Order: sequence, then structure tokens, then C-alpha cells
Amino acid sequence: MIARITHLSVYVLDQDRALDFYTQKLGFKKHTDIPMHGGGRWLTVTPPEQPELEVALMPTSPWGPWNAENAAAMRKLVEQGMFGFAAFKCKDVRATYEELHAKGVEFTMPPTQQPFGIIAVLKDDSGNTFSLSELEPKKGKRK
Amino acid sequence: MEPYPKAYLYKRIVQAKLLMDERFMERIDGELISNEAAFSHSHFIRLFKQVYGVVPRVYLSNLRLDRAQQLLDEGCSVADACLRVGFESVPTFSRAFKRRTGTTPAAYRKVREERARNMQEEPLEHIPNCYAMWLGWPQKRDPG
Repeated sequence: MIARITHLSVYVLDQDRALDFYTQKLGFKKHTDIPMHGGGRWLTVTPPEQPELEVALMPTSPWGPWNAENAAAMRKLVEQGMFGFAAFKCKDVRATYEELHAKGVEFTMPPTQQPFGIIAVLKDDSGNTFSLSELEPKKGKRK
Repeated sequence: MEPYPKAYLYKRIVQAKLLMDERFMERIDGELISNEAAFSHSHFIRLFKQVYGVVPRVYLSNLRLDRAQQLLDEGCSVADACLRVGFESVPTFSRAFKRRTGTTPAAYRKVREERARNMQEEPLEHIPNCYAMWLGWPQKRDPG
């Protein structure tokens, strides 16, 4: 039986820039940073309160199993925001939105009340899209 | 349950948090932070805890200790990390660090130093087998 996810990949256009975005803006922590064969780089970060889950910031350049054609196709999809989508949880969507917005993070949807709770949608520096919702949806009215 | 802070209040609470994020290494006290948010001190503490789950004093202490961990990761000495994150004495810093992480700064630094060295000498120990194989680095045993 599968027990848990330990690693997952987010494809990014520039690993240095993505590391800065994920650590300085989203508050992730750098976990592992190792140069690999052929000019590659194994770079992982962990969510602030989930140190056991490593998110690998994978390059979209020809490397490992990626030939030039595949890498270019992946890069194009990421640039267009058509590839990555994942969900983040936080304690308070409005506060997180205000903070990230002040730090220059691009949101495609500000905090919006939905029947299932309040959500916002942000993009990382490469174009990957993430929803933001609350760990425990609060009861009560909001503006 | 208390009513939620109204939308405009969020900006003020977040501004106060960002002030702490930016100036955590300085001697900033609760009054300064609540003034930044333009709230009375007690009202600010209550709203901050409602949004972030901890009171500002605890948030600030955790922020300093997290930054100290990063500095130790980067090879800073314990004394240097202590001063750079705003603690006034190493014993106070060490006690707070141990309370938060379960280990002393010196022991933490030693473990991280060994990890960094091991990462250089045995990089494949730090990359999952399945990823290493997929990325064309198949020398590991027991692929995962």
C-alpha cells in the first residue's frame, strides 16, 4: 500500500530564480542543492510546515532524459502556465494573499468566497499555478 | 468565535508582520509593532494571534530562531548567528534554540556541517534512487 508522497517535481524556467521565489516569497526552506552530472542540479525545497515533503525544482533544459525538443516543449508549456497546478493550504488566505501580494507575487484570482471555502490562485515565477485555501475553512461571513 | 478581522484590517496586521520579517534582528518591541499596525497593543496581539496562530512575541522569536538555523546551515559560528538574529547572549540564544528545535545550536551546526560534507562526498545519498536513475545517474544500489 502506498503510504505517502516524499518527493514531487515542479518544472521551472530558471532554478536560481525559482529558489529565490520559493524561499524568499513563499517561505519554503532549501533542503538539498547538489550539482549533478552533465550540468544538472538536484535542488529541493520543503513547505514551511511540511519538512518531510521535498519539492524538486526541476530545470526545463536538455538534461538527463530530456532532449532538446522535449525540453523546449516543456519550457513552452510552463511559460504558458499550462503545465503545473497544485494546491497549497494556509491558515488564513486573506492574510497570506496580502503578504504575498505585498512581496510582488502575481495572483490570477484574489481571495474569493466559494461554496467550499475561500480560495485564491497564484503563479510562481515560472508560470506554474497554485491555489491557496485554508487548512480549516472558517465559519462566518466575510466580505 | 470572534468575528474575523475586516478586509482592511488584514493589511495592517500583515504590514506589522512584514515589519517583523524585515527588522527581526533589531530590538523591536510589541509597542513598536502594534504602532505599525495602528492598533492598541492588546487588540493587535489578539488579531495577530487570530490570523497567524501565535502571539507576535512568539512569532518574532521563532523568526529569529529560524533565521539562526539558516545561518548555521551556511557555516556561521554560534556566536555570530546569535548576534545576527538579535539575541543578546549566547546562553539565552542556546536555550531558546533548544526549546524550538530540541538540540543546541552547536550540535545542530555540527550535524549540518557533516551533512554538507556528505553531500559533497556522497551526493547520491541525498537524491532518491528513482530520480537518480531517471536522470541518468544509475550508480546507486537498491533503486527506489
